[in-house]
Amino acid sequence: MQMTGAEILIQCLLEQGVDTIFGYPGGTILNVYDALYGYSDKIKHILTAHEQGASHAADGYARSTGKVGVCFATSGPGCTNLVTGIATAHLDSSPIVFITCNVAENLIGKDSFQEVDITGITMPITKSNYLVRDVNKLADTVREAFGIARSGRPGPVLIDILKNVTAEQTEYEPLPLEQHRFHGHLGKLIQRATQDFKAPEPDVEDVDKMAEMIKACKKPMLICGGGVVRGRAHEEFQRFAERIDSPVAVTVMGGGGFRGRSPLTTGMIGMHGSQASNMAVDGCDLLIAVGCRFSDRVALDPSTFAKQAKIVQIDIDRSEVNKNVKTDHHIIGDAKQVLQMLLDRLPQADHSEWKDYVFSFPTETEYTLDGETLTPKQISDAIARLAPMDTFVATDVGQHQMWAIQHFHFDFPGQLLTSGGFGTMGFGLGAAIGAQVAHPDTTVLHIAGDGCFRMNCHELATVSYYKLPIISVVFNNGTLGMVRQWQNLIYEKRFSQTTLDRAPDFVKLAEAYGLKGKRVHNVAELEEALREALERKSGYVIDCAIDIDEMVRPMVSGGSHITNFLVD
Amino acid sequence: MTNMIERQTLAVLVDNEAGVLSQISRLFSRKGYNIESLAVGATEDPKVSRITIEVYADEERITLLVNQLRKLFPVHSIKRLPLSHSIRRELVLIKVRTVDNAARSEILQIASVFRTSIIDVSVDTLTLAVIGDEGKVDAMQKMLEMHGILELVRTGVIALERGKDTINDDTKVKGEFNYGKNVL
Repeated sequence: MQMTGAEILIQCLLEQGVDTIFGYPGGTILNVYDALYGYSDKIKHILTAHEQGASHAADGYARSTGKVGVCFATSGPGCTNLVTGIATAHLDSSPIVFITCNVAENLIGKDSFQEVDITGITMPITKSNYLVRDVNKLADTVREAFGIARSGRPGPVLIDILKNVTAEQTEYEPLPLEQHRFHGHLGKLIQRATQDFKAPEPDVEDVDKMAEMIKACKKPMLICGGGVVRGRAHEEFQRFAERIDSPVAVTVMGGGGFRGRSPLTTGMIGMHGSQASNMAVDGCDLLIAVGCRFSDRVALDPSTFAKQAKIVQIDIDRSEVNKNVKTDHHIIGDAKQVLQMLLDRLPQADHSEWKDYVFSFPTETEYTLDGETLTPKQISDAIARLAPMDTFVATDVGQHQMWAIQHFHFDFPGQLLTSGGFGTMGFGLGAAIGAQVAHPDTTVLHIAGDGCFRMNCHELATVSYYKLPIISVVFNNGTLGMVRQWQNLIYEKRFSQTTLDRAPDFVKLAEAYGLKGKRVHNVAELEEALREALERKSGYVIDCAIDIDEMVRPMVSGGSHITNFLVD
Repeated sequence: MTNMIERQTLAVLVDNEAGVLSQISRLFSRKGYNIESLAVGATEDPKVSRITIEVYADEERITLLVNQLRKLFPVHSIKRLPLSHSIRRELVLIKVRTVDNAARSEILQIASVFRTSIIDVSVDTLTLAVIGDEGKVDAMQKMLEMHGILELVRTGVIALERGKDTINDDTKVKGEFNYGKNVL
């Protein structure tokens, strides 16, 4: 069938089962939006206030569903506004296909209006990217982009299409999804992988060796990383942890990969990790990291990290092995598959003595709750008491993020949506929009700090327009709390440019967007607001006044040994 | 010994397409490496190019770099070519000043000792084509310097493994890279 490039693009999205797109139109992508107009019954388009919001929303959609997110933007500033969102997805291995359009062929390379080399700009922050200059290659490219975004270690892919390509006509041949791997360039890539390369199965000898190491160990310790979440390997991981009877520390990205209420969990690990997690890593004789790259926020000082232990890494990405921390053994493969292979080889173990030692340290920080002002712990506790168990939690970045991850118990992959790798302030509201669009009947909480909230609060317009019942809880301490914490502890209380004693009034802001807002000062007010918010079917902003000098505890400063706590 | 910084030679087979070279070279700069030598050209298969890259790195870092390279989709395969187990050659063109007949005949003599060919002659200059590894090229360059080198251009090192081993051999590390089963 003869079709324009724009129509072919939409057909290819339908082939992939795409039903939701986040985006923002503009001059060069007009043809695509024109084609989309005719498919409003099949594809829902969410128009955000800013392209960055769209990129985070596609990310939140992808993380919460495990499907590939899709995001549209126009050329020039439209696509450069996506850059932060693309980098965020890249660092956290989130599968998203970004589709941008560029100026037409006759204008390329002439510094034309809204022209930018976005494939050049995003080369280091995408898994792969494409510039489509020939309409005959469009369908093949879109199929390859989706295949790459979701395969192996997932990640963002960008397709930049010239405007003339979206208007030109060619023959479109439908191809069902399950046929994609046998056709076009994607087919060639896969063939290259299976013919030249060994089968993608984990190496049996490697698995056998690891099983022996586990049988020989006395003090095992597990780290649940983002790979468990992305690979949806939570059930296998749970059984594995119980089988080898090992305590489990969870990274920021691993949140939701291991049941937060399990008696085996020691809580978060790393810079703001619990004493139990960090002491266990420092005392174990076998450390097994699943889908974790030992980033500087986890390992802190790679030269002393778990030095007394044998370290084993299970990862889908070969290039993560020995990148940050030197390991003694590794298995390359999908976490789900590797863990199942290990389960088949391992008897039930008992490490009660070791567990008694580990759990003699606190898994959660104790806070004194006798002051007048609301504390972060009280806010988290109130939310945990009132919000349903299956609530999605999207956070921004900073103190509130750490408090949320420390105090909430996440039970399933995709429940926690947070920018762990790139640390993107302003990620939360967009991500919450994506999660809420994907799960209209589930409660979605957006946990923010006042600094982060101010960065992308214009997306309240999106929350309001689409009647998304997102509850934004702002931990408002009137400062960039995490930076102030460092200034407090390391920079002799020289609070350079971190105090945020300024507009807007978040309650009035919420009202300006047609939402309800409430400022709360104590637990009773907070609970009342939360109850009201949970009953309403529209967005709600709860502005929680907390003390300016509240700190995230414990804390190990960057590059120090993991048990060298700066504050307990 | 593993942390000794040495000159490392990598052979990389890639798709012969626009933008691939920039993807590869950007990876090196992103990870903080200066490319010492680079040679690119089509192979027996016109759709595949072979890139020979040389960088200074220690054992640990070169492994990480190779692992990163393997992740790029246009890359078919990579092989490290150790000095002791590979043949390395470079073509260098050198234009030398010839002030008088004595100089001219001396340069011709040097050329014949190094078994290089004269590829261009003018009243004032001689242009030599030298093929060899950098030892030979450096020695030749030293001998010609006193006559005044007007211009010098190097192609960059190309290299092949000695014996029957090729870049296409299967290895375990190679097997650990694939696009995953869950492509669809």
